[in-house]
Amino acid sequence: MSPLKIKKGSTSHSAYNLRPNFSDVIERHTLAVLVENEPGVLARVIGLFSGRGYNIDSLTVAEVDHTGHLSRITIVTSGTPQVIEQIKAQLGRIVPVHEVHDLTVEGPSVERELAMFKVSGTGDKRVEALRLADIFRANVVDSTLETFVFEITGAPEKIDAFAELMRPLGLKDVARTGVAALPRGD
Amino acid sequence: MTRKMTGAKMIVQALIDQGVDTIFGYPGGAVLPIYDEVFQQNSIKHVLVRHEQGAVHAAEGYARSTGKPGVVLVTSGPGATNAVTGLTDALLDSIPLVVLTGQVPTFMIGSDAFQEADTVGITRPCTKHNWLVKDTDKLAGVLHEAFHVATSGRPGPVLVDIPKDVQFATGQYEPKKPSVSHYQPPVKGDMAAITELVEAIESAKRPVFYTGGGVINSGPAASQLLRELVEATGFPITSTLMGLGCYPASGDKWLGMLGMHGLYEANMAMHDCDLMINVGARFDDRITGVVDMFSPKSKKAHIDIDPSSINKIIRVDIPIVGDVGHVLEDMLKIWKSRGRKTNSEAVAKWWKKINEWRSIDCLKFEQKGKIIKPQYALSRLEALTKKYDRYICTEVGQHQMWAAQYLNFEDPNRWMTSGGLGTMGYGFPASIGVQMAHPDALVINVAGEASWLMNMQEMGTAMQYGLPVKQFILNNERLGMVRQWQELLHGERYSQSWSESLPDFVKLAEAFGAKGILCSDPDDLDDAIMEMLTYNGPVIFDCLVEKHENCFPMIPSGKAHNDMMLAGVDTQGVIDAKGSVLV
Repeated sequence: MSPLKIKKGSTSHSAYNLRPNFSDVIERHTLAVLVENEPGVLARVIGLFSGRGYNIDSLTVAEVDHTGHLSRITIVTSGTPQVIEQIKAQLGRIVPVHEVHDLTVEGPSVERELAMFKVSGTGDKRVEALRLADIFRANVVDSTLETFVFEITGAPEKIDAFAELMRPLGLKDVARTGVAALPRGD
Repeated sequence: MTRKMTGAKMIVQALIDQGVDTIFGYPGGAVLPIYDEVFQQNSIKHVLVRHEQGAVHAAEGYARSTGKPGVVLVTSGPGATNAVTGLTDALLDSIPLVVLTGQVPTFMIGSDAFQEADTVGITRPCTKHNWLVKDTDKLAGVLHEAFHVATSGRPGPVLVDIPKDVQFATGQYEPKKPSVSHYQPPVKGDMAAITELVEAIESAKRPVFYTGGGVINSGPAASQLLRELVEATGFPITSTLMGLGCYPASGDKWLGMLGMHGLYEANMAMHDCDLMINVGARFDDRITGVVDMFSPKSKKAHIDIDPSSINKIIRVDIPIVGDVGHVLEDMLKIWKSRGRKTNSEAVAKWWKKINEWRSIDCLKFEQKGKIIKPQYALSRLEALTKKYDRYICTEVGQHQMWAAQYLNFEDPNRWMTSGGLGTMGYGFPASIGVQMAHPDALVINVAGEASWLMNMQEMGTAMQYGLPVKQFILNNERLGMVRQWQELLHGERYSQSWSESLPDFVKLAEAFGAKGILCSDPDDLDDAIMEMLTYNGPVIFDCLVEKHENCFPMIPSGKAHNDMMLAGVDTQGVIDAKGSVLV
């Protein structure tokens, strides 16, 4: 048997030549996952994403039903439509997962995030920071003679915009919770 | 009724309540209380393996050949980490296992204690689910739930990690009762989708059934329904490696295995069909070849109990999520009620085409000279054992593909092989598990010498329990499949793919007190095989075969189903010049 004619450096003779011809448009989806709040459940969800090479753009988790021990995990992820479908199916087969909802496709939803910004400055910059915070309805939750800590709640885009404005005014530190989301109406 | 007892006693009680008759294991510090309870009862047989990996593969063999979950008991730390390969193997091949591991006492977890490992952390990605039980009162409930999860929906391995203080402590035993957990995967398929598939069946001109391990996992009834459906429609059927036996190899609709080393007619039918009915298979990369070129002209239906298998690799037109047995039952019912229609004229034409492909006889080989061809060895093994109540295990590599090609399987649960993970060292311990479950059957492990050596310590287990497993080793003194790829794709540079210091297998057998048979002459082969079959005890059969034989047919990676390589130099003249790259 003569060797196959394959160009040097070619990857076409890999044993794993799996490049399905699916759409390659990257979409961003917000998923709500209702899970039993048992030890290791978050590790299962995160391990699924890292093990299968999916993206996590944002993740929030807290117990939402203390009597039923149910936690709600809100994940913002991005991928091709086929990858998003896989993520949902893979999440659905984790044993302690009760429900998986794709808020991006299941009708209108509201998304909110809380963030805290520490801004340091004096003089005009300090005044300007305070003025902009007022416009963005951010609250001052701590103050020294040189710094403010602002608390702001809103859609992630609003928080991004506020961060951009604060940067030249002495932005020192940011803490963001990640997205919490609920479907609108019934 | 609940009762008070120690955690260790609960474990044995839960296993008895679950109908477990055999467990495979290895004792150690963190499971001593459980072993003390195992000592004091007679309901459950314990098989002492020689390595924890062997215990898991043996449990897989037991599970695959009985349809019941396999049970493993090992200690903490290295006991658990040694089980990881077997767990991953069972996860990829959807084999139901319940693995119990000991753990250091709860108050020492996290202190880097002796033989401590983060077992639930390590095994989280290689189990269907796992639990660390910190409260003896919850132990029985978790154990019963473990059996429920392992066997419901798509089966798989689960692990329960039990700290030593939980084994010693006393708690309430919860008897087995119907599971009330939220985990209840649906088994019935969507009737609208099933009807759509029936309509497609009625009009299909070039249909093919593409079946897989899901048929076997669904139980013998599913195989029965599949046979009925195939006979009634007259459609051709092929199967993956994992599905062999779901339809009898002697049936005239049987095309043989498909995939990378599948039969020419099976792969051509997959490529040219207009309706592909996937029954419990998962479009694995060894099956599809390059996905862009996979069966371009067909409408595809996919029956699978796991929603994540649908559209994972191949986009399908008719997805049906459900258990194969239930879906086939509904399918037959609907198809019959609509008048049992098929496009028989077109299907007859399709069969004519298939028979042309069949006439190429892609498994043809010629045994000439004094060196045994591996294909010949397996053909003779098939001929001399087919009348037996026979179970076949394999290791991984060329011999595995040849066994799939040259041995015929008439029934499900008769074929134990590592498909998804491709675990060398699987077959020997698996054969031990099969023989434990079927003490009077003929259990043969078709092996390569390199794979076999990976778990050869289990000879001790076979001897201790008097298990007459036959180790049929096709010895080419090479890592045959690695060598074949190096020949075809890496310029014949045989990097590290041969062994220079193989043992004398006959003496090795004798050292364990077993029988060793050496055969190197094709003329002696039948007698040697008969000697193996008639010997009442474990046999290592060292069959010296052609060293550089390649496994064909083959879909080279990067190629489509209709771009197969057929047998090499010896048969090239027979097939003609176009033979090796038939279109």
